[in-house]
Amino acid sequence: MIAKPAQSLTLFLLLAPALLWLGLLIVLPHVEILILSFSERVAPRVYAFGFGNYLEFFTEPLYWRTFARTAFMSILVTALTLVLAFPIALYIARVAQGRLKAMLLLLCLLPFWVSELVRTLGWMILLRETGVISYALRAVGLASQPVELLYNDGAVILGLVYGGLLFMIVPLANALESLEPAVVEAGYDLGGSRWTVLRRIVIPHAMPGIVAGCIIVFMLTVGNFATPVLLGGKNGLWFTEQIYAQFITRFNWPQGAAFGMLLLLLSSAIVWLGLRLTGQSLGTTLKQA
Amino acid sequence: MNRPSFTWKLYIAAFYLFLFAPLLVVAIFAFNASQFPSPPWRGFTLEWFTGTGAVFGKPGVLADPIWLASIGNSFKVAIPVALLAVLIGTVNAWVLERAEFRGKTFLAMMMLWPLVIPGVVLGISILAFFSRVANGLEDWLQTDLDILRPGLPLVVLGQLSFILTISTLIIAARLRKFDRSLEEAAFDLGASRARVLRTVTLPFLSPALIGAGLVALLMSFENFNTTLMLVGSEAPLPIAMYGQMREGASPAINAVSLLLMLGVGGIASVFALTAKAER
Amino acid sequence: MAASSHTATDLDIVNVTKRFGSHAAVDDVTFSVAPGEFFSILGPSGCGKTTLMRMIAGFEHPTSGDIRIRSKSMIGVPANRRPVNMVFQSLALFPMMSVGENVAYGLTCRGVSRAEAEERAGRMLERVGLKGFGERRVTALSGGQRQRVAIARCLVLEPTLVLLDEPLGALDLKLREHMKIELKQLQGTFNTTFAYITHDQSEALVMSDRIAVMNQGRFEQVGSPRELYHSPATPFVASFVGETNRWQGQAASASNGAVAVRLSSGAVVQGQGSGAAQALAFVRPEAVALAQDQSSLANLPNRFEGRVSAVLFDGAASSLLIDTAGFAEPVRAVLPQAGPLAGIEVGAPIHVGWTADAMKVFAA
Repeated sequence: MIAKPAQSLTLFLLLAPALLWLGLLIVLPHVEILILSFSERVAPRVYAFGFGNYLEFFTEPLYWRTFARTAFMSILVTALTLVLAFPIALYIARVAQGRLKAMLLLLCLLPFWVSELVRTLGWMILLRETGVISYALRAVGLASQPVELLYNDGAVILGLVYGGLLFMIVPLANALESLEPAVVEAGYDLGGSRWTVLRRIVIPHAMPGIVAGCIIVFMLTVGNFATPVLLGGKNGLWFTEQIYAQFITRFNWPQGAAFGMLLLLLSSAIVWLGLRLTGQSLGTTLKQA
Repeated sequence: MNRPSFTWKLYIAAFYLFLFAPLLVVAIFAFNASQFPSPPWRGFTLEWFTGTGAVFGKPGVLADPIWLASIGNSFKVAIPVALLAVLIGTVNAWVLERAEFRGKTFLAMMMLWPLVIPGVVLGISILAFFSRVANGLEDWLQTDLDILRPGLPLVVLGQLSFILTISTLIIAARLRKFDRSLEEAAFDLGASRARVLRTVTLPFLSPALIGAGLVALLMSFENFNTTLMLVGSEAPLPIAMYGQMREGASPAINAVSLLLMLGVGGIASVFALTAKAER
Repeated sequence: MAASSHTATDLDIVNVTKRFGSHAAVDDVTFSVAPGEFFSILGPSGCGKTTLMRMIAGFEHPTSGDIRIRSKSMIGVPANRRPVNMVFQSLALFPMMSVGENVAYGLTCRGVSRAEAEERAGRMLERVGLKGFGERRVTALSGGQRQRVAIARCLVLEPTLVLLDEPLGALDLKLREHMKIELKQLQGTFNTTFAYITHDQSEALVMSDRIAVMNQGRFEQVGSPRELYHSPATPFVASFVGETNRWQGQAASASNGAVAVRLSSGAVVQGQGSGAAQALAFVRPEAVALAQDQSSLANLPNRFEGRVSAVLFDGAASSLLIDTAGFAEPVRAVLPQAGPLAGIEVGAPIHVGWTADAMKVFAA
């Protein structure tokens, strides 16, 4: 096919929005923070190239500890979400039929179409010292004083797991759905126990869904801001909060940009590692979701 | 596997309780006649929706200019985002499904990329880049360019950066299902290219266009991470809610949340109905 | 055939070639279709028939050659301005429109007023036996009804030529048999020129006035169904059109069109055709005479003795496979439905024979 001038003009016009979008909103901004992260202030309004912002990250314990804590807690949240979501996805995909199945899936979807802030507000009303659970515990006599369930790591993990569930259930259920019932029956028929069938047949088949779910949940968790800040309070200590603090509160953009690059690196590394370990590609993984 | 055990069923029930508990308490305490969204129950009231502040000292949502302004700001962002997402998403889908050129696979991958960038990073990168552009242009043109400074226009751009991926994917998926012989048939029956597009292709795409628009609307309305970094003095709803929640809010925030839930529920059911009509 | 462009024709294809890279999908094809004719292009998938049809419709452009409709060249005329309409393999009915809107589509494209288009579409639906279906959704129709809507959508425009791209392919067997007859009748009532492409020889034989057999981008033979069946011009036509026995061998002697072929497996058969050294011999199963004793076949030049190895019962299309000395593969013959041989079983001895006329010999 030889491109005629009219055709290349049409192609160019069709490509223009995508190029503007990716160029102006994605590529150039990232180049900008990359450059910014390597610039140090040597005098007021004078900046020079240097690794100072990254050095600062490694020498100031608050920064790298928050970073490590964010990474570790995100992995923990992802694992917990997977364990909690798997029985639900299995039930939706392989047990529930027809109307019930559609209902269960829709009920899963509904809370997640509501703003993250609303969901977090709900947990705050439930967990805080003057909240519903504390009140109920006193009412039935299990506690004599108000109980503060908010502002600790448990509350942060609870909120993050809650926020990640849907993004785990949907890819899992999709992957499990495609498993032929006959294959499972053959597994039992050949003498497999419930556990063997789950381990040897169901879980390997659901692997693309598991990977997709874990990657999405991890990305959302590591990049979350409102949940750890609101449910963890002063103890929240999430890395995104550091970025916000540098950019908005302290107006130290180069430092914030360096933190942003580190967060991007962490998130990309885990995504890459997850894909690499299981031999999946990004395109198919995102399609699962 | 077909006969679920009792524990399994119990777990399912507990799970759905867990899923809806936070939303339920938010809704219930919107009607509590109390200064704070907390127990005990002090009686039913609509004060937090329509009250003027005469009873509890703070006005209800519909009488509070701050809440109303933030809802308005959210619409000011969400409507342009949704329109642009559909428009540009359609063009992108066309590029992905119809055009042939070198580097298409690379472009398709690039289009997915925004989904794996944390929202906060998207926010700061756009903030930093547009500030530099604004500084450069201001030095050059000797005028103020507020449009590139934190504020609603920048929020629109920030949200578009990743919502475009979603809308492109939704529309491209529908376009992929399109049977090209329908276009050929229309052309064969004497229709012009423009007429084929208007009478055959776009009607076929319309469920995806509406769907992508609604999804973009919802995502824009709910976005927090990217918006937080780009917002100026005019706060959209999630930013306003965040501020209130840090300070300790009145049950008016529950009322706002309930309205939001109803809105989302409404859009979701429109969505479900159109999807059903398609089948 | 080159002369036919001087007489009144609806379609003339003149030396048309279409190349994709170095591969010639259509290779120097020439033919004409007369007004009112039902013309079929028959060939295996990948033979170039779809490309040829798409060039006539205007979706592809010939690398060289000319396409004329009523003597007017169509080169450079876009598909939407050609007096040709196409019934697609998938039918391509517009799912977002009602049956009536589908049929009226082409009329409204031509600027016919909405009311008139609707009225004409209604009349057309009536003529194809779909009166009152105008308001229905196309998805609510049966396979046969959809077929008729697709044809009505073309016919309402009164085109010079209707192209049909294997439109029966998606139907189940019963309906396909029925639609063959219906299509032929429709074409008769409207007296419109049809160009039909298919890989199904039965469709082509039943419906067509003339058939072109296409293979690897070229026409092997153009002729009436009977000509193709009884006087195939090439070994490809002989084996592609209808059932046939096919053997390989060397020509032993040849004179005046009569050829004796010594098969590689030993037997010598008498036939008509080419005396080339390497020969292919064809005989139709229904041309093979069967008898229990040799005497009744005495006047046939080809006579052999064999044993029934399989009875392939398929109603009127039933056949016998007969293991015969000197033949590498069993001889296929039609199973007689009456008479002493009707109840023949596997293992029974039998005599087979055929005339020299019935055996076509081609150079291999």
